[in-house]
Amino acid sequence: MDNNQYVIGVIVSNVSGVLSRVSGMFTRRGFNIDCLTVGETESSGYSRITVAFHGDEDIKLRILRQLEKLHDVKEVEVLDPHETVTRELLLIKVKNTAASRQDIMTAVEIFRSKIVDYSTTALICELTGETSKIDAFIELMKPYGIMEMCRTGIVAIERGENCLKTK
Amino acid sequence: MKISGAKIVVETLIEQGCDTVFGYPGGQVINLFDELYLSRDRITHVLAAHEQGASHAADGYARATGKVGVVIATSGPGATNLVTGIATAYLDSVPMVAITGNVPCSLIGRDSFQEVDIVGVTMPVTKHNFIVKDIRELADTLRTAFKIAKSGRPGPVLVDIPKDVQTAVWDFEPKPDPVRPYPLSFASEGKLRKAADMITAAERPYIYFGGGIISGKASDEVIKLAEKIDAPIGCSLMGLSAVPYDDPHFLGMQGMHGHYASSVAQDEADLVIALGARFSDRATGNKSRYAKNFRIIHIDIDSAELSKNIPADLAIQGDIKDALFRLLAMVPQKTRPEWSARIAELRAEEKKRLDSALASAFEKNCANCAASCDKTGIPADHRLSPYDIVDEISAHAEADDIVVTDVGQHQMWVAQRYPLKKPRTFLTSGGLGTMGYGLGAAIGASTASGRRTILFTGDGSFGMNLNELATAVSQNLPITIVIMNNGVLGMVRQWQTLFFDKHYSNTTLNRKTDFVKLAEAFGAKSARAFSMEELKNAASEAFAYNGPFVIDCAVDCDEFVLPMLPPGGSIDDIITEIK
Repeated sequence: MDNNQYVIGVIVSNVSGVLSRVSGMFTRRGFNIDCLTVGETESSGYSRITVAFHGDEDIKLRILRQLEKLHDVKEVEVLDPHETVTRELLLIKVKNTAASRQDIMTAVEIFRSKIVDYSTTALICELTGETSKIDAFIELMKPYGIMEMCRTGIVAIERGENCLKTK
Repeated sequence: MKISGAKIVVETLIEQGCDTVFGYPGGQVINLFDELYLSRDRITHVLAAHEQGASHAADGYARATGKVGVVIATSGPGATNLVTGIATAYLDSVPMVAITGNVPCSLIGRDSFQEVDIVGVTMPVTKHNFIVKDIRELADTLRTAFKIAKSGRPGPVLVDIPKDVQTAVWDFEPKPDPVRPYPLSFASEGKLRKAADMITAAERPYIYFGGGIISGKASDEVIKLAEKIDAPIGCSLMGLSAVPYDDPHFLGMQGMHGHYASSVAQDEADLVIALGARFSDRATGNKSRYAKNFRIIHIDIDSAELSKNIPADLAIQGDIKDALFRLLAMVPQKTRPEWSARIAELRAEEKKRLDSALASAFEKNCANCAASCDKTGIPADHRLSPYDIVDEISAHAEADDIVVTDVGQHQMWVAQRYPLKKPRTFLTSGGLGTMGYGLGAAIGASTASGRRTILFTGDGSFGMNLNELATAVSQNLPITIVIMNNGVLGMVRQWQTLFFDKHYSNTTLNRKTDFVKLAEAFGAKSARAFSMEELKNAASEAFAYNGPFVIDCAVDCDEFVLPMLPPGGSIDDIITEIK
């Protein structure tokens, strides 16, 4: 059985409870969510949810069909990884010591990260990129002492003219 | 004209064609009940004994008629008491609108008296639900609720209305017609052609249908298809009543407690044509050993059902009546003499096995449970065979009488044996398996049809919601209640006998409840039956009486529901007799 990561875009009505309905469907039917993001779209009546999950072809189909049944879900699409731009945002707070400072700065530069807060004991880096890049950066920061971090989860949008829009 | 939110609810219900609602009043729906009082000449409210009973009544009303059943309850405990009824309707795809009151918007989220987030609670067991916080959206939200409930695959919708929305006033204009369901979706022509090719090429096709044939009104099409392609028909529990029991192609229910011939024929088929069915685990048994020998065409209105439980070789989404109508024109008339001969053999084998099982059950006495199971001193030769009870009751009934069951052994005996003739005359909780469903559902069905309704129940199930006997009496409904009283929780006991070394943990009731006196205390008539003669007399009296009548029938605690495909087993493990 294959176990791929799928990223799906979901356009939903911008009404209260819609996030519960979507995430609740995953819980109720025993599907695991890797990450989920939600935000406004170009039209005020709708929000866009991006969900990433692992599974095989069968699980993917079942998730799509169950989502399509929800009254507030207007459009669902699996995003083709080769035709999609995916990004995550990371904010990570690392210990700031004289010994590690220069190494961190170098990593920040190479990863095209940004230091957005700086104190004598801690600094915060901001990084956007694909999940693998974020993972690599976190791995790199571990020896210096990660104090806290948060990442947004994936947002994704198709390349070219294709758009996920309500019909 | 500006009217109150409570009045908008009542006016919208009437506009949607609703003439009867079931419910129970309370603090947060007083305004709504006030409007029901003022409109009592246009809409009837049936007061239940408990909100759960009311929800089952709305379900029974919907199953008996095909219309949307409506139930009303107050906030908090009133609303949570509906949950089992809503879940029952959800699992069996029954159109229902549940209306709950809630505390005023300003008190929501503060753990106010009788406040519960019923929208959150019912999210997983409704097709959709709403909380209406703005009176301007009230009428249209209710209309949408009806629309969702009856569209596509039907199901329950809950609308939660805070009290201040009921008291606020706003414009109301009735819409001339009840909202129409969302437009039907039609099966793809190409896929239907492919289905026709697969059917034509098959040597041993088997039609397996479910409840979708009843909600999709496609009984005639199923019967015609079976005739045209010369295929046997089997169904799930939910499909029962869609095809008359004596149709020459009909083999009855298949699955865990299905008919021997029906289950074996399905296993021997090379093509299963699944129509409005969802391959529940009770129908398939062990999934990894199911469908090894046959290909599957699966047609359903709900695309999420296609390949959900069992992968289909050809999955077709669309309205079942339309799909079958078009498919009928594509398949050539064909006879399959070899397959028909094999089916006849299986029918004969079924009869042989059944006769043998009944004979050995008759010989068996209750010795192995005499110590633990006191049945108020009823001697072993004074107990009725479950099938005899079903046969005797059905002999008194008419074809249009609605048969309702609770859940357990009696449910399976009725499902196997009762000669059902017309769609929507068999109401049972198939998906959720809700003990205590029956009496409420019988009240709803009898209210809707104005006809005699027969409830088969067990002493366990009946004990769960027997308070609704009060409702049956107050409404003076012609409900004949047949209790198969074996003093035990028989279905669990059967599993304990077969798979748990006869450890009868908490399934021996020892209650000594006198159901005859109990019925009388409620104001219903009643009789006890220890023998066929007593049963005949009781049934004659019950069917002549135009009100609720309880017949307490003594049944042996070690009667088994057979055949049985053991849980996790397959057709090879079928048990047809307990030696």
